[in-house]
Amino acid sequence: MQQTPLYDTHVAMNGRMVEFAGWALPVQYPPGPTLEHQAVRNAAGLFDIDHMGQFELRGPDAALFLQYIQVWDIERMQVDEAHYSLLLYGDGTLVDDIFLYRRPDRWLIVVNAGNRSKDLAWMQANTLGFDVTLSDVSETTCMLALQGPKAEQILQHLTNAPLSQVATRTCLATQVAGVDTLIGRTGYTGEDGFELYLPASAAVDFWQTLLETGKADGLLACGLAARDSLRFEACMPLYGHELDAQTNPLEARLGWTISWHKEFVGREALLKVKMEKPQRLLIGFEMLDKAVAREHYDIAVNNQVIGHVTSGMKSPTLDKFLGLGYVPSEYSTIGAEIDILVRGQPKKAKVVKRPFYQPRYK
Amino acid sequence: MSDYKIDENAKYAKTHEWVRLEDGVAVVGVSDVAQDLLSDVVYVDLPEEGREVQAGEAVAVVESVKAAEDVLAPISGTIVAVNTELADNPEFVNEKPYEAWFFKLQPKDLDAELAELMDAVAYKKFAAESAH
Repeated sequence: MQQTPLYDTHVAMNGRMVEFAGWALPVQYPPGPTLEHQAVRNAAGLFDIDHMGQFELRGPDAALFLQYIQVWDIERMQVDEAHYSLLLYGDGTLVDDIFLYRRPDRWLIVVNAGNRSKDLAWMQANTLGFDVTLSDVSETTCMLALQGPKAEQILQHLTNAPLSQVATRTCLATQVAGVDTLIGRTGYTGEDGFELYLPASAAVDFWQTLLETGKADGLLACGLAARDSLRFEACMPLYGHELDAQTNPLEARLGWTISWHKEFVGREALLKVKMEKPQRLLIGFEMLDKAVAREHYDIAVNNQVIGHVTSGMKSPTLDKFLGLGYVPSEYSTIGAEIDILVRGQPKKAKVVKRPFYQPRYK
Repeated sequence: MSDYKIDENAKYAKTHEWVRLEDGVAVVGVSDVAQDLLSDVVYVDLPEEGREVQAGEAVAVVESVKAAEDVLAPISGTIVAVNTELADNPEFVNEKPYEAWFFKLQPKDLDAELAELMDAVAYKKFAAESAH
């Protein structure tokens, strides 16, 4: 199993270490997932997300290449802007969902941990004819997330850069606690906050300084369980659950990321899906009978299995039993009643609006 | 993680259920070890009263943020009461595992089956070994 530079720190903090995408990471710390989740909604949370992959793209054809291999029109991005995007196979299904940063001299591409080597190989294979250099900088870069309504206030104690002027989905290269850091105003929790990129060698001291600085504001270290429940409430997809190589972005409700007016890998196949309308759609549902819907549970109507659950849990913020899953389009209307098969027993649920929790960005 | 609380008056199954005799009725819950392994409990699915169960049979389900786990009957008998308080307050399982009972059994073959379970001393040792 791979370890982040903070492995020993997590163990010393009594983090409960588990395997995630080949990495040893804390699923929770002693306060537990519910309190960690609430800390992010009400104050702030700090996450080790260094398992995520970071690639740098440079060269004369960098923009041209990037435009071709992902779905968002990067000509709309100014220097130091950031955006969510997708990599697609030729058949329109998902290689990965990614995050892009435009820097003055390069592009930073953030990918899912479990897809890191696959993505790199896939991108390399598409570089033919482009004058670009693509490098995996994951080993030397540490990636942390500071999330929550108090995130700005906490981080401001450690930097002179005016953070209130860093808009959502932009970034700023500056010093934080004396460390050269790229601050991106983004996250995966539905709250305001930052993703931080710093030299891996500075990770341990940086983490401890941040936790110490944020203590008075209620900052908690958060594990994978809280990260999952936070992204779930905001209905942000997770690759391997809502997204995979059998799923296209239109059925996953990610059509808003597609810049149709430009050429990109997978466009033709996806356009066909768009014209014919997706046969199945991602839905959000709320349990009417009390039960926890979990990933892989069947969704049924009139005793016929019509789909499956991709994520489900009791929402800590909303205090409801909620889930995400795929059903044929005709069952995706808000208010439609469906059954979730919980240990073989049909439990009533209804389709509700997504996201369950409306993100609160600055 | 050796500082688990153990109820000295209870007996324990290897699957971390406790059973305590109160006025001839067997009261069943899950141990401090179990609640810790489960992480935050969000829902408890309780059995019907009147159901006859065998020792080792899955009788209730405890759902945590992590997973759904069966709660097994440590001894055979008839369910005479269920703790409906847990339906609205599943967090009691985490907060006070030896008070947050799941169900009560009118035992069938008490003495023989109790002898199969661990006492507090044996369970403490078992818990320390199984916790890592």
